[in-house]
Amino acid sequence: MTDDDRVFKALADPTRRFLLDRLFERDGRTLTELESDLEMTRFGVMKHLRVLEDADLVVARRSGREKLHFLNPVPIRLIHDRWIDKYRERQVSALADLKRELEKEDTA
Amino acid sequence: MTTKTDLATQVYRVYIKASPQAIWDAITKPEWSERYGYGGRVEYDLRPGGRYRAFASEDMKRARAEMGGSPTPDVIVDGEVIESDPPRRLVQTWRMLMDVDTEAEGFTRLTYEIDEIRPGVSKLTLVHELERASRLAMFLAGEMESAGAGGGWAEVLSDLKTLLETGESFHSA
Repeated sequence: MTDDDRVFKALADPTRRFLLDRLFERDGRTLTELESDLEMTRFGVMKHLRVLEDADLVVARRSGREKLHFLNPVPIRLIHDRWIDKYRERQVSALADLKRELEKEDTA
Repeated sequence: MTTKTDLATQVYRVYIKASPQAIWDAITKPEWSERYGYGGRVEYDLRPGGRYRAFASEDMKRARAEMGGSPTPDVIVDGEVIESDPPRRLVQTWRMLMDVDTEAEGFTRLTYEIDEIRPGVSKLTLVHELERASRLAMFLAGEMESAGAGGGWAEVLSDLKTLLETGESFHSA
């Protein structure tokens, strides 16, 4: 699986998107905090966090005795930079071409 | 106990097909720093207590002047090296001077960790402790991007990866 596949797979689940939204609101949370927002077993939440960590969307770090989970936006930014901007540029250049064509006809 | 510092900390991670030394150089050397991200040259005195400064690029000065903002200072970020263990770990203070509010928020603490996970592939983790720097935190999280303030660390690291892996920066293209 490529890095992008892992990110899309991780995002393709509503519980995992919910966990990311919670971290977006307030970053650096423990499993216990994240678990309290979900109707799910601790094991279930851990499994979802694992998928998010494998995709690097969540980075876990030790802080004293606790393990804190942080939202890592870089993988989404990489997809944005590689894909979205590419298509946007094509649209913009298509519009620029259209403008040039139309203006050429005007002056003709 | 979860401390307040943890709640105000931002963590970024990216895997790059490059050696730790190449990543270290890209962070600490001006000929690299001007090729990605905000494109400014950096100046590091890599020993505890050594000075760090990042300078505005000409492009940045021009773009900000066009937007009608206040003049861009020459030094846009300053700080001090706390710990330098090349090419694995760099800890420093970091204060943004481009904005009166972020300047007033003062120095924050920034850590770069570089681990080689297999030959030629490294993991770069950036930890920015932003306690009492809520405005700076917004800039760095890319929340002011639509206002022309750039995409923050996520954009910078994405661009750094592109530069080291392809030889071309996303923004210089």
